[in-house]
Amino acid sequence: MADLVIRNLHAKIADSDKEILRGIDLTVSRGEIHAIMGPNGSGKSTLSHVLMGHPGYEVTSGEVTFDGTDVLELGPDERSKLGLFLCFQYPYAVPGVTVANFLRTAVNAHRDTPIRIPEFRKQMADAMDLLEVDRKMSSRYLNDGFSGGEKKRLEILQLAMLKPQLAILDETDSGLDIDALQIVARGVNHHVGADMGAIVITHYQRILDHIRPSHVHVLIDGRIVRSGGPELAHELDAAGYASHMAEV
Amino acid sequence: MSALENDAAAIAGIGDEYRYGFHDEEKPVIKVDRGLNEGIIRQISAHKNEPQWMLDFRLKSYEIFLKKPMPHWGADLSGIDFDNIFYYLKPAEETARTWDDVPEDIKNTFERLGIPEAERKFLAGVGAQYESEVVYHNLQKDLEDLGVLFLDTDQALHLHPELFREHWATVIPANDNKFSALNSAVWSGGSFIYVPKGVKIELPLQAYFRINAQNMGQFERTLIIVDEGAYVHYVEGCTAPTYSSDSLHSAVVEIIVRKGGRCRYTTIQNWSNNVYNLVTKRAIAEEDATMEWVDGNLGSKVTMKYPAVILKGARSHGEVLSIAFAGDGQHQDAGAKITHMAADTSSVITSKSISKNGGRASYRGLLRVNKGAHRARSKVVCDALILDEHSQSDTFPYINIGENDVDIGHEATVSKIGEEQLYYLMSRGLNEAEASAMIVAGFVEPITKELPLEYAVELNRLILLQMEGSVG
Repeated sequence: MADLVIRNLHAKIADSDKEILRGIDLTVSRGEIHAIMGPNGSGKSTLSHVLMGHPGYEVTSGEVTFDGTDVLELGPDERSKLGLFLCFQYPYAVPGVTVANFLRTAVNAHRDTPIRIPEFRKQMADAMDLLEVDRKMSSRYLNDGFSGGEKKRLEILQLAMLKPQLAILDETDSGLDIDALQIVARGVNHHVGADMGAIVITHYQRILDHIRPSHVHVLIDGRIVRSGGPELAHELDAAGYASHMAEV
Repeated sequence: MSALENDAAAIAGIGDEYRYGFHDEEKPVIKVDRGLNEGIIRQISAHKNEPQWMLDFRLKSYEIFLKKPMPHWGADLSGIDFDNIFYYLKPAEETARTWDDVPEDIKNTFERLGIPEAERKFLAGVGAQYESEVVYHNLQKDLEDLGVLFLDTDQALHLHPELFREHWATVIPANDNKFSALNSAVWSGGSFIYVPKGVKIELPLQAYFRINAQNMGQFERTLIIVDEGAYVHYVEGCTAPTYSSDSLHSAVVEIIVRKGGRCRYTTIQNWSNNVYNLVTKRAIAEEDATMEWVDGNLGSKVTMKYPAVILKGARSHGEVLSIAFAGDGQHQDAGAKITHMAADTSSVITSKSISKNGGRASYRGLLRVNKGAHRARSKVVCDALILDEHSQSDTFPYINIGENDVDIGHEATVSKIGEEQLYYLMSRGLNEAEASAMIVAGFVEPITKELPLEYAVELNRLILLQMEGSVG
C-alpha cells in the first residue's frame, strides 16, 4: 500500500528565488524505513520541513499525498492530524509551558474527546520509562534549557505519545552519544511496524546500525541521485558522497 | 497545569462577544441624578447615615477634586464625561448575610460568575460587591473568633468607628491625585479587613466586584490593616458587562502592614472595553513586613494603575507582579511604584505585557531610594510581547536613587511570537489560535503560578478568548 507519495517536488525558500528541492520522487509505505543520506546543503532538512508545512518554504511544483489526501493544501496542524510527525533537528523552546501540559494538549488535538488525566499520566510515564527519561522532565518548560540529548529524547517521547503513521526523523542522531542513540533508536523501533513508516534523514551511517532501513536514498543538490537497499548506506560510509556529487 | 485544551472546547462558538456581557434588569432602591455636585454628596452621605466627620471629609475631597487638574502624563482620558456618570446606586436595602437572603436577579448574576461554587471549594470568606453596596457577606466563624474583621467598608465605618478613623486615608490622602479625590468624595462599598497580631489566615479572602448599571461609576474603597506578625491574602476579581457608553471605575486601596506582617493582594480585572479603570493602590510596609501586589489587567478602555509600596521600616520587602493585556482600542498603562525609605529594604517588580490588534501596553514604573535607605536592593524586569505590527508597547522606567550602596537591576525585553515557534507547536496538531495562546500562557506563567488555581484557570481562559479571532 503506497502511503506517502512525493512526485516531482520542487521547493524554494519563501521570498527568494533559490530552489532547494529540484524534483524529488519518493514513495514510503507503512512498515518501511527509508534513509535519506546526503552531504550538508543537499536539501535533506528542507525536504523534512516542506513535508511538515514550514511557512518559510514554498512549493513551486509537484505533489505530495498521504493515503490519497493532498498534503500540500494542509497546514502543519492538519498534517499532524493526518498522521505525519517530524522529529525536529532543532526543537523550539516555549518557556512557561510545561512538557506535561504541552503533551496533553497535543494528544487531545488528535482526539475527539479529551484524554482522561490518569490515562494520560500512565501513557506519559510508560513512554518516559521506555526512553529512560527522568519523569521530572514533565514539569519542566518545553525545551527550555534542555541539553541537545534531552531535546532529542523529548522529540521521540512526543512521537511515542502521538503515534504517527509516518515519522520523519531529521538528523536525530546529531549530537547524541552512543548510549543516547541506542535509547532513541529503541523508541523509534518500538513504533515502526505495520502502522508506521519512517523517513530517517542523516548525514552519517551510524544511526542506521540501530534503526535499520529497508531503503536508502542519496540526496544531492535537491535530487535523489541513487536509491538502493541497506548495503548502500555502508558503501556511502566507506566511499563518501564525492562520487555521487560528480554526477550532478 | 492549565486547562487550555478543555477551555478551548468550552468556549468554542462564543466568538468575540464579551463573555460576561450579560446583565440583569436594574432594580435600584435609590439612584441619585447623573453628574456630581455638593447636593449629591450630601445625599449619598445622608442615605448612608454617616457621621459628620465623613460628610466633611467627602465635601473637602470634592473641593480638591474640582481643583486638581486631569493627569496628562499618561493615557488619554479626554473621553471621560464626569457629568454623565451616576455616582451612587443602591440595589438592595440591606446587606445579606446568607446566600438565601440575596435577591433572585442578583443571585443569578453571581451564579453565572460561579461564586457559590468557588465558595464551596475554598473560600474563607466572601464579600461580593454588586453595584455600590455589598449585598452578600460571609465570614467563616473561626476567623471571626480569631478577631479577624472582613466586612464592607460602609459597615466598618458604623461598627468599628475608632479603628476605621485611625487608619482612614492615612496611606492615600484625598489630595494624592484627582481620582483619589473623586473616590474620597463619592466612595461606596469596598472591603475592610483587619487581621489581629500574629493571626495568619491560610486561605485567601475573596471579593467579587461587578458594575451592572449603565454609566455607573464604581468607587469602592478598600482598607486593609495587617497587624504585627499577621498574614492575609486578599483576592479580588472583577468582571463587568458590556455597555455602549463609557463607565468609570476609580477605586482606592490602602494597606498597612505592621512589623513582621505580610499581605498579598491579588486582583484579576476583566472590565468590558468601555470602562476607564483608574485605580490608586498603595501599601505601607513597616519593619520586617512584606507587601505583595499581584495585578492582572485585561479589558477596559484605559487602565492607569501603579500599585505602590512604601518600604518604611528596615528590612521590609515589596513586590509587584503585573500582567497587562491590551487589545483593539485599549491602552493599559500599568506598572509599579516602590519607595525605599529604610535600610536593608528590598523590592522586586515583574511586569509582563501583551498587546495585539492595535492595543497599547505601557509599563510605567517609579523606583525611589531615599537618603538613609542603605543597602537597598531592587530588581525590575519588564517583558513585553507584541502580537502584531499594529500593536505597541512602551516602557517608562523612572529611577531616583539617593544612596550609593544600593543594588539596583533593570531588565527589559520586547519579543514577538516567532513564526517557527508557532510552526513547531502546530506540527504537533495545535491550531494557530491554540498555539498562540499556549505561547502567551507560557509568557505570563510567572504571574499565573502565583494565582489561586481558579484564577489561574480563568486567566488562561480569558487569554485564550482574547486570542480567538486575533490570528489567521
